[in-house]
Amino acid sequence: MKILSNIGKYFLMLQNVFGKFTKWRILKQLILKDIDTLIIGSLGIVAFISFFVGGVVSIQTALNLENPLLPKNLIGFATRQSVILEFAPTFISVIMAGKVGSYITSSIGTMRVTEQIDALEVMGINTYNYLVFPKIVALSLYPLIICLSMFLGVFGGYIACVYGGFSSSTEFIEGIQLDFIPFHVTYAFIKTAFFSFILATIPSYHGYYMTGGALEVGKASTVSFVWTSVVIILLNYLITQLLLT
Amino acid sequence: MIHVENISKSFDGTPVLRGMSTVFDKGKTNLIIGQSGSGKTVFLKCLLGLFETDSGRIKFENKALDEMTNKDRSILRQEIGMVFQGSALFDSMTVEENIMFPMQMFTKKEDEEIRERANQVIKRVNLINANEKFPDEISGGMKKRVAIARSIVMNPKYLFCDEPNSGLDPKTAILIDNLIQEITEEYDITTVINTHDMNSVMEIGEKIVFLKNGKKAWEGTKKEIFNTDNEAVTNFVYSSDLFKKVREVYLKN
Repeated sequence: MKILSNIGKYFLMLQNVFGKFTKWRILKQLILKDIDTLIIGSLGIVAFISFFVGGVVSIQTALNLENPLLPKNLIGFATRQSVILEFAPTFISVIMAGKVGSYITSSIGTMRVTEQIDALEVMGINTYNYLVFPKIVALSLYPLIICLSMFLGVFGGYIACVYGGFSSSTEFIEGIQLDFIPFHVTYAFIKTAFFSFILATIPSYHGYYMTGGALEVGKASTVSFVWTSVVIILLNYLITQLLLT
Repeated sequence: MIHVENISKSFDGTPVLRGMSTVFDKGKTNLIIGQSGSGKTVFLKCLLGLFETDSGRIKFENKALDEMTNKDRSILRQEIGMVFQGSALFDSMTVEENIMFPMQMFTKKEDEEIRERANQVIKRVNLINANEKFPDEISGGMKKRVAIARSIVMNPKYLFCDEPNSGLDPKTAILIDNLIQEITEEYDITTVINTHDMNSVMEIGEKIVFLKNGKKAWEGTKKEIFNTDNEAVTNFVYSSDLFKKVREVYLKN
């Protein structure tokens, strides 16, 4: 029953987010600030993880190609497929649920604990729109992060494979061009668009409706990470089932 | 003027306010006093519309809060200034930006004009060299001044303060009390203050409402509080030896 009540409250929150809009000159500043914190601030960690995980995927594939009859370009092929289809859109999103999601929950939660949200409400401001909408807009740029992750993942795989002596540069590049289906990229970005909305709204929900003090802010961040990850994984399954089967 | 008519509020079946009625006059400093858990903060949040009451009615200048449309409520809220217990300043903004914020949000004035008005109220609350500082860089007393400045920058009709001098030293607490009273008279506004502080009661209590178990147990002025026979009030107000002696001296004279 509690889950149903929370789901209901979540959708009511979404309705209010698109209710009375905050003045544009204030909203503009909030959106730019959130782009800086949520998008620009995440580039470093996403680049680092993507590059090295891409490298590891390529090495693991190479080490498992024991049969000499299998062509070496399979390393590039497998790296591309893993990175574009799953690693970049889904696993980076789960990582972002930890980084960006915790930030959103704790920042909104702290505003709740210190009565800043009450202060906004007393002024007659639609706090849902003021706090959540800029995050939704900022995270609409999230596919750019995934684009970077895809590129660096494959690039990391290339570096690890070629400089690790597992295949030649030509074989790897041949592999990443092999049986390329452009819809796979579209599928990855469709997933990403859904995940970006989830990343903005579920942590906001947990921050907005939290009660208690500083300790509860920490607990809310953890709960928010768990639920954001669960929803991302379930949605990933659903979208894959709908688009690829 | 605010009329409160028989309001009740409960949480999960536990009553917090039980048939509370009173009137807060314009241009006066109205104090709500009572022990912790007596329902003061819930009462204040009901007045602000942050909590919906279960029954009863709150009227601002004869306009009932529960009959107001969203637009009316929005307009009313722009006429309300609120000083929260913890000041509730926006962490990400400087002192000046905090004070400018309500005007940026609700007026079409240019930034220069807004800054000018913000600096007027900054001067009024005696904040010196704090414009560019962030809330975590200033003292508790200064935070209260910023909160007061932010609450009066839009020339409100109503000012609500939740324990405005909690956590302050006695000297600063009196300065904050006096500042609130001066502003109340200067702007001719209806001020409602939640407090535990007996110094505030004696200094600025033009009308005092005593809450006990969610009910109004007594109301009167700061002069009347010396003469009252109400045991609940005397037990609460004169719980310290100092105040007992003050009362004895006052009654002798």
